[in-house]
Amino acid sequence: MITTDILIIGAGPTGLFTVFEAGLLKLKCHLIDALPQPGGQCSEIYPKKPIYDIPAYPEILAGDLTDKLLEQSKQFEPGFTLGERAETIEKQSDGSFVVTTNKGTQHKATVVAIAGGLGSFEPRKPAIEHLQSFEDKGVAYIIKDPEVYRNKKVVIAGGGDSALDWAIFLSDVASEVSLIHRRNEFRGALDSVDKVQELKDKGLIKLITPAEVTAVFGETKLESIEVVKLGESAVRIQTDAFIPLFGLSPKLGPIADWGLEIEKNAIKVNNALDYQTNIPGVFAIGDVNTYPGKLKLILCGFHEATLMCQAAYKIINPGKRYVLKYTTVSGIDGFDGSRKEAPKAVVKSIE
Amino acid sequence: MTLDVHIQITDRDGIRHDVQAPTDMALNLMEVVRLFELAPEGTIGVCGGMAMCASCQCYIHSDHQLTEKLEDEDAMLSEAFNVKPTSRLGCQIQINPELEGLQIELAPED
Repeated sequence: MITTDILIIGAGPTGLFTVFEAGLLKLKCHLIDALPQPGGQCSEIYPKKPIYDIPAYPEILAGDLTDKLLEQSKQFEPGFTLGERAETIEKQSDGSFVVTTNKGTQHKATVVAIAGGLGSFEPRKPAIEHLQSFEDKGVAYIIKDPEVYRNKKVVIAGGGDSALDWAIFLSDVASEVSLIHRRNEFRGALDSVDKVQELKDKGLIKLITPAEVTAVFGETKLESIEVVKLGESAVRIQTDAFIPLFGLSPKLGPIADWGLEIEKNAIKVNNALDYQTNIPGVFAIGDVNTYPGKLKLILCGFHEATLMCQAAYKIINPGKRYVLKYTTVSGIDGFDGSRKEAPKAVVKSIE
Repeated sequence: MTLDVHIQITDRDGIRHDVQAPTDMALNLMEVVRLFELAPEGTIGVCGGMAMCASCQCYIHSDHQLTEKLEDEDAMLSEAFNVKPTSRLGCQIQINPELEGLQIELAPED
């Protein structure tokens, strides 16, 4: 069981900044995110796109913002449970919460801060009949362990970066890799496209374009798929695995069943005070919450995180008084033993 | 003086809405749908309007001359589901006076 003061669900910008603000109050944080890396949308959807409304940054790439937030929170040693989705929450008799992920990892915390953005990113599944019945029996939407494809026949569908990157990677692992896309053009990093071209020319990747997978077949597991190439009749291809990679879309997911008040796909909070939800001890900050006048902006998430940490402090340290300290005056003491402080002014007399 | 344009939007439940979209707010079609709350928050404009998701896909029913698809939009639609020849991404269509009488239908959520 992982124990912490504040359990943050969602490792996007708001969640990451919470670690810093909590750290100033000597509160420890642990983050859960369904994606395999921190940064949320900023790293998953638009890492190379600029943001212009982060205070003091006239322009910053979303990926760089993530890096800076990680650097800023590093001294407060946050824990991460990545690639897992928060599934259930249980209130304990001592007032704390236990949050369990889809993989069974348990986290215990006095305060839970949901910074889930638009929800957890789930793979987009193409509408092919019986596809779902072959899930984990040859059909996968996310590649967790490429080794399971060693010496197997693999078909990948999709036209983006992940389809290209995995086709390249698996061409070295699988016995046969086919890449199927609706068009001849791919949208991905140029060097990935060039690499696929090179592997295709060497006969290491079979490219089938413009084409679509229209059906899947098998007895107990996937055995073959039907592919229709534009203007041609359908053909069957024998394969051990079919991996459709059509990107991810956010879904509020299991959080919607936690007994929280939901309005417009967002969690209602008390914005007059501390962004607490209808469940005391559970807060919602950033894009995932809603209140009169709500704006889904990163900078608003930062503000909400800061106020939320004050309320969390009171819950975790009942009866203790708190006086706001400025980092410039007090410096920062990291949990890793580091100390940052403003240099002392030099006093020197003038003769 | 700037004029509103009338746009007919059929939502995902098949209900038709006649809305007046302002032409002086630099809005795109996805934002008009959100302005009038014709699709639940979080189910449209997920990427914010960068042509990086297909949550604002719509079918154009009238024969208005729209701006050509740029590469981003074309590529995104090639990966989207439920795509028809009339599919466009709402976020890539800017509202201007020439869109008077436009008729669109929101594509299903995937």
